[in-house]
Amino acid sequence: MSFKLKDLGTEKLIVNMGPAHPLTHGTLRFQIELDGERIERTECEIGYLHRCFEKEAEVRTWNQMVPYAERLNYVSPVMNSIGWCLTVEKLLDVEAPPRAQAIRVVLNEFSRIMDHLVCIGTSAVDLGALTNFWYFFNYRERIYSLLEEVCGARLMVNYPRVGGCARDLPDGWIEHARALLSDLPPVIKDVRGLLFRNRILVDRMKGIGAISGERALAYGFTGPCLRASGVAYDIRRAEPYMGYEQYDFEIPTRTNGDAFDRIFIRFDEIEQSSRIIIQALDRMPVGDVIVRDSRIALPPKSEVYGSIEGLVNHFKLIFEGIRTPKGEVYLGTEAANGELGFYIISNGEGKPYRAHCRAPCLPIFSAFPELVQNHMLADTTAVLGGLNIVAGELER
Amino acid sequence: MTGAEIRQKVREKFPAAILSEHDFRGDDTLVLDRGVLHHVLGFLRDEPTLRFNLLVDICGVDYLGREPRFEIVYHLYSVPFNSRLRLRFGVPEEDMVIPSVVDLWVAADWFEREAFDMFGFKFLHHPNLRRILTHEAFVGHPLRKDYPVNRRQGLHPPTEDLLTRKPFEG
Repeated sequence: MSFKLKDLGTEKLIVNMGPAHPLTHGTLRFQIELDGERIERTECEIGYLHRCFEKEAEVRTWNQMVPYAERLNYVSPVMNSIGWCLTVEKLLDVEAPPRAQAIRVVLNEFSRIMDHLVCIGTSAVDLGALTNFWYFFNYRERIYSLLEEVCGARLMVNYPRVGGCARDLPDGWIEHARALLSDLPPVIKDVRGLLFRNRILVDRMKGIGAISGERALAYGFTGPCLRASGVAYDIRRAEPYMGYEQYDFEIPTRTNGDAFDRIFIRFDEIEQSSRIIIQALDRMPVGDVIVRDSRIALPPKSEVYGSIEGLVNHFKLIFEGIRTPKGEVYLGTEAANGELGFYIISNGEGKPYRAHCRAPCLPIFSAFPELVQNHMLADTTAVLGGLNIVAGELER
Repeated sequence: MTGAEIRQKVREKFPAAILSEHDFRGDDTLVLDRGVLHHVLGFLRDEPTLRFNLLVDICGVDYLGREPRFEIVYHLYSVPFNSRLRLRFGVPEEDMVIPSVVDLWVAADWFEREAFDMFGFKFLHHPNLRRILTHEAFVGHPLRKDYPVNRRQGLHPPTEDLLTRKPFEG
């Protein structure tokens, strides 16, 4: 009796992953229909970390939203609050003083480095390479210490304000930042050496979850995931904000748009970020860190405690918020995962009439079913790692 | 091409549909009639001198007490020409049906689901119109202005089977 493989009665298997699966690094859920080990269909469910960012924004003043914004992408918190403040500044038509801009650039790029370190580290962990994770998280802890010097908190720094920054840098901070940055190249070199020629990792990532540049754009990809597909779109270059036009840096791109490229482009971006930080530290201007405008910035404490005008000024700004002109603005900034945009509608009050956050992760994650289609079940790990989905930002 | 020139181009193509326009803080904005929504977005994507190939965002706005009550806002970006454009379309409360643009940009899929979830816009020909951020047993649309910020809703068990869920019909 001859035995034919196709006669075997095969049943489709449905596998549920998440919302508390270790590979999601957050709360994502998807179900996969498997034919053997080949993925036939995937359906995602998000919303487990939805915290009503946009609804809350309608009842908070502009500056009260800074800590809320930082909880969007909690891997690189400062970038979100800087994006929020820049959008409100665009609405107000004010620009933060040069020193505040430079400080923001430094923190922004340190956050980008942190985000990429976490992305690379955790992706490698998911594929079984634990060592790199320790190397990178060690360095990330040191960046946290640097942030702690600025504002007292390690994770959620609540440091940017509409019109500038909350306070000036402490003494010696620039030297600490320089010293920290000089320790980065060996860390990158170690991990690059461990991963780049690691046969297991390369085999598991090369050609997995590939997407063309055109398709990535149709899906609304931005940031490293789009640049890994060969589209050199970076808002820092296309529509410079915060003085990015003064810095000399390159926009790394790769061509295959697969899981491997999405991870390894982040190494190149880390190098460019550290170039920007060095330039910003070198030319750190002196002066104010927040605009001298009593309608926007809180008065100095000596005035608040020493004069009735200062006290009333402080009270009005805290209770009523900054008065903004009527109008609507959108500002996209280049966050670690791509275009983080805030769309604000103001009807002239101290709080937004409507605030909307365009999170880079949302369109990227919507491509996940297509990216893993026809791959093996284990490939979801490699794909998801490179996309760097942060649930806080995805679901707002 | 400057923002004014882009708006000029749209004005030439759809002269009757433009209700108002502005460029507050450099954000070029067109307010258009809902009837041309799909045509104008398709034109902006395909016109060789514009090529808005990145659908940045879709979101709704509730102007409670104004007619039409809702607005659907599209943010577009053109990677080849580095230009941005915002399009707004008024949507009355009694007829919240909008043509879906999933056939133009696949990115619209989740953006439109979010607008449906948060405001109740019904996107015609959307392949999978379901709630996305809230649970499917959620009642109401949370970003509407008449939805209280502190309203609580019951807890529901998770959906067992995601793959066979039916999209919204109605």
